[in-house]
Amino acid sequence: MANIVIDRIRKSFGAFQALKEVSLTINDGEFVSLLGPSGCGKTTLLRIIAGLETSTSGDVRIGDRSIIGLAPKDRGLAMVFQNYAVFPHMTVYENVAFGLRMQKADDTRVKAQVEKAAGLLHIEPYLDRYPNKLSGGQRQRVAVARALAVQPKVLLMDEPLSNLDALLRLEMRTELKTVLQSAGTTTIYVTHDQTEAMGLSDRIAVMHNGVVEQVGHPVEIYNHPATRFVGGFIGNPPMNFIKVPVSNGQVAAGEEQLAAPKDVGNEIVLGLRGEAVELAPLPQGLEMKVRVAEPMGSHLLLTGSIHDQPVRVILPASETVKSGDTIGLKLDSKRITWLSPESGKSFPALLA
Amino acid sequence: MTQNRPWIPYLLILPSVAFLALLFVVPLVQTIWLALSDNGAPSLANAERMVTDINFTRSVRNTFLLTIVVVPVQIAIALAMGTMVSKVGRGRETILWIWTIPLGISDLAAGLVWLSILQNTGYFNSLLFSLGVIGRQASWLSYQTPIALFIAIAVAEIWRGTAIVMVIIVAGLNQVPKEFKEAAEIFGAGPWTRFWRITLPLIRPALQSALILRTVLAFEVFAVVYALGGRNFPVLVGEAYNWQNQNQNYSVAAVYAVLIMIISLAATLIYLKALKVDPERLP
Ligand SMILES: Nc1ncnc2c1ncn2[C@@H]1O[C@H](COP(=O)(O)OP(=O)(O)OP(=O)(O)O)[C@@H](O)[C@H]1O
Ligand SMILES: [Mg+2]
Repeated sequence: MANIVIDRIRKSFGAFQALKEVSLTINDGEFVSLLGPSGCGKTTLLRIIAGLETSTSGDVRIGDRSIIGLAPKDRGLAMVFQNYAVFPHMTVYENVAFGLRMQKADDTRVKAQVEKAAGLLHIEPYLDRYPNKLSGGQRQRVAVARALAVQPKVLLMDEPLSNLDALLRLEMRTELKTVLQSAGTTTIYVTHDQTEAMGLSDRIAVMHNGVVEQVGHPVEIYNHPATRFVGGFIGNPPMNFIKVPVSNGQVAAGEEQLAAPKDVGNEIVLGLRGEAVELAPLPQGLEMKVRVAEPMGSHLLLTGSIHDQPVRVILPASETVKSGDTIGLKLDSKRITWLSPESGKSFPALLA
Repeated sequence: MTQNRPWIPYLLILPSVAFLALLFVVPLVQTIWLALSDNGAPSLANAERMVTDINFTRSVRNTFLLTIVVVPVQIAIALAMGTMVSKVGRGRETILWIWTIPLGISDLAAGLVWLSILQNTGYFNSLLFSLGVIGRQASWLSYQTPIALFIAIAVAEIWRGTAIVMVIIVAGLNQVPKEFKEAAEIFGAGPWTRFWRITLPLIRPALQSALILRTVLAFEVFAVVYALGGRNFPVLVGEAYNWQNQNQNYSVAAVYAVLIMIISLAATLIYLKALKVDPERLP
């Protein structure tokens, strides 16, 4: 069993708190992405799990055994570094073979494993070359191959595909997913790229300023963000946040009355996914002033304002809305997230 | 721009080239001529005179022996120091500063420091006496104790010359990103494997520089030897000095100088070949 339990990990660099009590459980064989903006502590967390950094407090367990204090090599994991760390003085072949050599694997096994990993990442043509002469994306794939070659129980990947072109990235991530799934590898995958995280992950942990803001299935995170940050970070365009008045526990959206969560003040933030709307005649619908209408082919992207607050919504490509129009919108009440204007947290009671 | 005036780089380099030519190449040519001529005609008489002198073989043997012992020890110590200090966080600068103190001491002064320790009435004997190890003053630096003398000179040289090696090695180690060692560690390499398979190959250029510099300097060893052993421990530069000053024979001194130069050049070439730095394999 290789489940990972991250238990109240804190990490300070001097006075700066890079991680503020992070807890996260990753099940055996699960693929979890750490998603978050630059500097939120993703790499720091991975390095603590790998044993390259000591946490200020907290515990990490793999297979229910605490690994704090164990040397990195005794933790039974492999890692892909954000800056690759591919050894410049070894050929690509020897780089990929490095972990197996350290395990004293015999040459036939080394060869088989290296070829398998190299094939998967399309780096066979470079096996005899030195990394110095490879492009960033090629080096990155060498780093991934080196980690896969040892067939680890636990794999930590720090933005392993960030340097690949869009097409190759799509292909690689599908193949990675297949391989890791069939091998039952427990994977923590760090990325900036939300589509990558959405597409690959069993669950996503969204991090922000050293805190895990929400952990959950990609669709759940998308539809029901726990905080304003998560809603704004995930999805393109990001979730719209509109501050609206509450009267008698209800919020008016055009002529329709939406039930607000109980015990709120006289204002609430309405979180609205851009595509959770449809066109409705005025005054029946909620009024939106369209500043720019951009036909994208597959859909129509409208930028404008509701209640004088900026919003972006998406309509079917067939609708004919022009820049400068004022339109009415009917909101899909099941896909509305209510958030507290003070804390920025959503009201979970209403999600059920 | 320089494309239009290609002579500008040459103009800027000219002073240094002229300076070197004047103060290095001219004396060099003169020395070589002095060594290989007799009464204005080319001759090997001086070389013959050098080779047949009783101190010649001893000075060659001593110099090589000293180099072979001192340089590897210095490299090993410098590597150990560099590796240790790289693990230190606060106080690193202070430690490096203390370690490089011998750099600021002239080699003659260094020799005299060790003389004051090792001479008959020196600190070393006082210590041994007070510990009851010896009953009366022992002599370490005489011609009757050649091994003790050799060890004393080697120790003094190691003490004096390791700092420069360490400076070069620390600079080399600083160039190696820590992720290489971390990656090796994750993939199961222990400390020794990391050192031999990752660190050492990656600091090859620094190692090469340090070896060349230290070896050339080791072949030129003189002041420390002179202070500690006088003529009891002949070395090549010491012999050149004696022929020049005691014997007033500039020609044989010149042959020694040329010999030292040839040995240094040969050593440099061997290092350049043996430790070939392939730019393709650098980070
Ligand atoms: N060794 C260190 N000393 C001081 N501060 C550090 C150190 N390592 C990281 N930090 C700080 O901790 C925070 C988190 O860094 P980390 O590298 O984990 O971010 P990240 O989420 O991986 O960002 P990115 O997506 O840009 O890689 C940053 O603000 C960084 O400046
Ligand atoms: Mg990072």
